Amino acid sequence: MANITEKINKLFPGIPVEGENIPVLTVAEEKWHETALRLRDSEDLKMDYLVTIVGMDWKESLGCIYYLMSSAFNQVIGVKVIARGDREKPLIQSVADVWKVATLYEREVYDFFGIIFLDNPDMRRLFLNIDWVGYPLRKDYDENPEINPVSIENERQSDFTDVYSEDAAGNLVKKEVRVFEKEDFVVNIGPQHPATHGVLRFRTAVDGETVKKIDVYMGYIHRGVEKLCENLTYPQTLHFMDRLDYFSAHNYHHALCILIEKAAGIEISRRAQVIRVMMDELSRIASHCLFIGTYCMDLGATTMLFYTLRVREQILDIMEKTCGARMTFNYDCIGGVMADLDKDFVADVKALLEVIPKNIKEYNEIFTGNVIARNRLEGVGVLSREDAIAYAITGPSGRASGWACDMRKLQPYSIYSELDFEEVIAHEGDSMARFKCRLEEIEQSARILEQLVDNIPEGEYCVKVPKVLKLPAGSWFQLTEGCRGAFGLYLESDGSTKPYRLKIAPPCLPAAAVVDHLTRGEKIADLITIGGSLDYIVPDIDR
Amino acid sequence: MQDLSVITEWIHSFLSSFMPGWLTTTVECLLIGVGLLLVYALLALFYIYYERKLCAAFQCRLGPNRVGPMGLLQSFADMFKMLIKEIIHLNHIDRFLFALAPYLVILASMLAFAVLPWGNGLQVIDFNIGIFFLIAVSSIGVLGILLAGWSSNNKFTLIGSLRSGAQMVSYELSIGLSVITIVCLAGTMSVGGIVEEQSDLWFIFKGHVPAVIAFVIYMIAGTAETNRGPFDLPEAESELTAGYHTEYSGIHFGFFYLAEYLNLFIVSGVASLLFFGGWMPLHIPGWESFNVIMNYIPSVVWFLGKAFVLSFIIIWFKWTFPRLRIDQLLALEWKYLLPINLVNLVLMALIIVFGWHF
Repeated sequence: MANITEKINKLFPGIPVEGENIPVLTVAEEKWHETALRLRDSEDLKMDYLVTIVGMDWKESLGCIYYLMSSAFNQVIGVKVIARGDREKPLIQSVADVWKVATLYEREVYDFFGIIFLDNPDMRRLFLNIDWVGYPLRKDYDENPEINPVSIENERQSDFTDVYSEDAAGNLVKKEVRVFEKEDFVVNIGPQHPATHGVLRFRTAVDGETVKKIDVYMGYIHRGVEKLCENLTYPQTLHFMDRLDYFSAHNYHHALCILIEKAAGIEISRRAQVIRVMMDELSRIASHCLFIGTYCMDLGATTMLFYTLRVREQILDIMEKTCGARMTFNYDCIGGVMADLDKDFVADVKALLEVIPKNIKEYNEIFTGNVIARNRLEGVGVLSREDAIAYAITGPSGRASGWACDMRKLQPYSIYSELDFEEVIAHEGDSMARFKCRLEEIEQSARILEQLVDNIPEGEYCVKVPKVLKLPAGSWFQLTEGCRGAFGLYLESDGSTKPYRLKIAPPCLPAAAVVDHLTRGEKIADLITIGGSLDYIVPDIDR
Repeated sequence: MQDLSVITEWIHSFLSSFMPGWLTTTVECLLIGVGLLLVYALLALFYIYYERKLCAAFQCRLGPNRVGPMGLLQSFADMFKMLIKEIIHLNHIDRFLFALAPYLVILASMLAFAVLPWGNGLQVIDFNIGIFFLIAVSSIGVLGILLAGWSSNNKFTLIGSLRSGAQMVSYELSIGLSVITIVCLAGTMSVGGIVEEQSDLWFIFKGHVPAVIAFVIYMIAGTAETNRGPFDLPEAESELTAGYHTEYSGIHFGFFYLAEYLNLFIVSGVASLLFFGGWMPLHIPGWESFNVIMNYIPSVVWFLGKAFVLSFIIIWFKWTFPRLRIDQLLALEWKYLLPINLVNLVLMALIIVFGWHF
């Protein structure tokens, strides 16, 4: 920690650095683009992974906090940039050319805060309708439903996107750019489509069977979770985590619990830690099983779905006994977990661990080794390591490209540092590697469960926490590993019972954004292969 | 071997005893038409049930088991549902072609029924180019599919039907060539003649190596021809929702659905005709008593049994393999199956010339 602060001070003398765990720099807007390039390219820092952009409204000013991570040194820093101009037209230099994923993240900030990013090639709204009035995450946003009535007409949409730039005199220039070329044959894949795994829409320009360009259109399940959280007390915000990526409900819940406990200074018992980690890993197995099944189904091998669902059902039965639910568990709570383990839990997990190796063997026999499957997957949608980092593709998809990005190893939380498991890494970067990574992660999760199942310590499962929880003023950032990649949470508190700002950085948003990059020049069928192998969950994208 | 032509002859003489010739022919045509339609419907229902049960077994499920004993009436329930469903009328489509397409598809499979050797003496028409006729009429189906995709005025159906066109035109080559291989061996194109030729030994044994190669290619091409998995790209569910028949509803959709299953039957029926003797029982030269016992099994049972077993293989493909991609599909045909087929044809010719077959 001291080390990184020194490095930053050496590189940028005079720039204020604050923060306890994660150093946060404050950079002037005029110097932001240049600073970003130096942060990325300097040998000492190599901040090549943009975790998220947190849009902020500090009432007197608008701005962003960029969370950056170095894939080489495994350090996280935050960079605070305050927007120039008034609240009508706040401006920040775009860093879309520094980190590729920033194009999308900046659109999200624009959508919610109205901050215009100069020279971003695609400055449209991301989730909300194009004719939405106001910027909902601003503190002075008018929630009056008459301003933005529920529309019963067809959604308006535009074939153009905006690019803002400044001319030599410093005036803001708006340019309209076509999304697709005029004569392109555009097919809508989604929002209602079996292969998009939810209501996601790919506007796909095709040339025969070949994909020319994809415009990802999101926001069909946007529920405004971040906005909702600002009006709820801390324990109330928890249950939203189940509803983002519903297959890593436990993991996301765990993440927010850690963050709030860290902020409130609550120590939880060892028993609760072990239970949480076991639930996380069970979720991971269930999630990857479902991925394998649905992915094979996308490729036409329907039978695999049933083979994988067998295992998933067994896990859901285990969870049902303890949590009382099979989908949105709401099990972790501030201070531990909601209820103690079921008396059959240990026996059930052992029974599960026994069947997993047999099942994996079967999956490999029926699908992985199949010549058609290999032809369909190998060499399709190759994502290089550099692109994986630039597009912020974390989780098994990123690890399949050779990027060691498992937050359980990089930023160990809970008891992960004590556990013995391997980070599954492949180097091919194609769809087959992404598929195999997940298959092997099931084995590693099973290994973690094996270590814990006989060592669940006695003790209380939930410590006493104040009925009304107030966090001290300040900000915290937490990275955890969901089933699909790095899950970031930023929390800012003003000392009250409700969060001032809760930013969720999901792993699926960049995964959906990279589809365009991966599918250009490939066949329509490969769009399904590639999209499926990235394994995005739409509610996680839209929030 | 009981000869069922006795029955048909009897009907013919009975009718012509009190009717003029033209009326007899008309009445017979009507009888056959109604009979074929019935068989057609029943077979389709059976096939739907058969596939669902098989697929369930592959997937560790039970399959239909509520309607009727062992779910036997499920297909009937489905059929009635299909019949009473509303046909949704779409705007902005080519109404005539849109309505015509399902009839073309179903017509193709119905015409193919005319030359199938159902049993000893039980064949609608046996003429000297029977197998040629079969290949010709089964090509009409692709026209229906192309029209369906085109007239729906939908991008998905258009892509689906174009895929289908490319696929079926390509794989018809393979089917044609493997059929020619067997026609060489049989020395006749007449369906009855081909069956008769196998009275001592089925062609798959008689023609040994080239016949087996032709059989394997025929099964692959036949699966592609019926648009079934792993070659179900025209209706690749995860890519094109339902491909060329996305916009169809009610009984029009039902026609496509029926035709798909009937094509499955026709492909396996033709395979049994070409390679496994059609309705001809299993005869082994020299084993006289065995041959006599085999003759006791009715010829219709032989034909249907062989067709169902071969269909089982095609269904097995579908529920095991993932789907191919369009370029891989065409590469398989043009780069592998076609050259192998041509070499195989030469090989068969050599074997016949030198008399190396059994």
